[in-house]
Amino acid sequence: MIRQIAASLAAVVALAPAAFADTPSRVVAAGGSVAEIIHALGAGDRLIARDTTSSFPPEVEALPDIGYVRALSAENLIAMDPDMILAEHDAGPPEVLDMLQRSGIPLVMVPQALDPDGVAAKIATVAAALDLPEAGAALQAEVAAQLEAARIAGDALPTAPRVMFILSMQGGRLLVGGEGTSAEAMITLAGGSNAVTGLEGYKPLTDEAAIAANPDLILMMDRGGDHAVTLADITAHPALGLTDAALNRRVVTMDGLYLLGFGPRTGAAALELNSHLRLLVDEVKG
Amino acid sequence: MVALADTPVMAGDRSQRARRVAFGLAGLLGLTGLLSLSHGASGVRLDLVLQSWLAGEDVPARDWLILWEIRLPRMLTGVLVGASLAVGGAVMQGLFRNPLADPGLVGVGAGAGLGAVLAIVLGGQAPAWVAAWLGWNMVPVAAFIGGWLSTMVLYRVSTRAGRTSTATMLLAGIALGALAGAATGILVYIADDRQLRDLTFWGLGSLGGASWPKIAAAGPVMLLALLAAPFLARGLNGLSLGEAAAHHIGLPVQRVKHVAILTVAAATGAAVAVSGGIGFIGIVVPHLLRLATGPDHRYLLVNAALLGATLLLLADLIARSIIAPAELPIGIVTAVIGAPVFLWILLRRRGLVDL
Repeated sequence: MIRQIAASLAAVVALAPAAFADTPSRVVAAGGSVAEIIHALGAGDRLIARDTTSSFPPEVEALPDIGYVRALSAENLIAMDPDMILAEHDAGPPEVLDMLQRSGIPLVMVPQALDPDGVAAKIATVAAALDLPEAGAALQAEVAAQLEAARIAGDALPTAPRVMFILSMQGGRLLVGGEGTSAEAMITLAGGSNAVTGLEGYKPLTDEAAIAANPDLILMMDRGGDHAVTLADITAHPALGLTDAALNRRVVTMDGLYLLGFGPRTGAAALELNSHLRLLVDEVKG
Repeated sequence: MVALADTPVMAGDRSQRARRVAFGLAGLLGLTGLLSLSHGASGVRLDLVLQSWLAGEDVPARDWLILWEIRLPRMLTGVLVGASLAVGGAVMQGLFRNPLADPGLVGVGAGAGLGAVLAIVLGGQAPAWVAAWLGWNMVPVAAFIGGWLSTMVLYRVSTRAGRTSTATMLLAGIALGALAGAATGILVYIADDRQLRDLTFWGLGSLGGASWPKIAAAGPVMLLALLAAPFLARGLNGLSLGEAAAHHIGLPVQRVKHVAILTVAAATGAAVAVSGGIGFIGIVVPHLLRLATGPDHRYLLVNAALLGATLLLLADLIARSIIAPAELPIGIVTAVIGAPVFLWILLRRRGLVDL
């Protein structure tokens, strides 16, 4: 973990030597978890713009929207006159990033995270870029404690309940989280096991495979588009209706960025999911 | 088929008018180009920068960067792409004698789309030397190769004994498009969320990634095709009488077809490669001009290039300022503006176009 943090710090220093000359005060956040970390560090007032995926805390939604993180616009960004752009690892397109760097705006790439070490590295990168070492260390300690609590709670489960993450069920077709997804990482963190195996990424699942996967619990996001999905939809679904999750009415919905963003609230999200799993395990035992 | 010059309503020689329109459009393109250079979210003003530069004063590096590295390449890319798409459409409609024809018919669209999807989804697995050599340009290069290859296959399939059948080409193009669509579908299935978003954005087009290296690579191809197009005018005029008649009045029909197909594949292949899928310019622009100045390709091709470039620059101005600091994909703008205008003209002048 320390090596990772050191590596990301080195990356920051290499990318943005100018960042340390002055404390940046006009910051653009590109990526939901980045904006969240900036706010958690108490530097929310330095943000002047955010991307489409930034939705937490609610006040960031009042900031100007620079669009989708992979379709940024060079002149429009330069026009905002930021003194730093903090972007998630997948920001783009590369031509625009290159143009931004040549215009003299420090661009800091925040590494991707799918586990507690990754979250710590993200926080370390943002804190270093904003020149907030103390707040960074405090936030890291706080988040690490929550993540550790989640890990202990996860380990305390006698069995690992089978959880299926459903990204969408438009028209009754299931799109689920397979291996290597952030959903699987979160399920594992909370002490469960991914009911979907043999699929990589977010993929459509056939009805029969859903029956065979037979999850103990169904996990979904409550966000626009799919928010109409209710327990009734799931129990009425021809395949999902036959699973243990539907028969025992175990459907959990959580906010997308909270659940899958791997930002500072990851520990809390894992604990929340874990409490549902704990309930389930106790129910089965009792 | 668009009626030839013998329509009762607007009979007579319209070449005078077409020439005047050409001058008007050239002036309009110049103005739009200046507008495109001087307008942007950063508020950098072309006139002020030039003034202080001519006066020997220091121009801030940031202003130079915005004008020289962001706006100018973007403007030039817009001109070349808009002209290529419009001319490609005009040539295709003339060659196939079908008002619905567009460059997609020679397989450029499907092939370029497949190439782009391949690069976006599997680009990460390319050998290190390929990645190092192409860098960010992997998607445009793959799109151009895809477009070119599929055109060549289509041309081979529909050419027998030195004679290219446009009917076969139409049908084979549909089959090839379905095949490319299936291959694209497989790749879409493999793609992760991020790649899917990239695919969606690519399909809607953008001039956002314009840069000098891209112009240096794709510009000459488009320019060459645009310069070659006017030489096709007489041939396409002859073809409008039908292939047999064209042959009998002494036109080298096969050579016209050959050059037309290569020109369109090069122009639109390069255009799609640098800007993604931008719809509607290839259909709207030639038809607008046919309604205004008649179907004579001697004027149509030149005017289509001018009008296509102007319209795409205007669309780009809207795309990059309407939701600033974000940017709207340009394909949305061309369709939202182009489609209603086109419908309105069709309704007003229904008598002229008997499709």
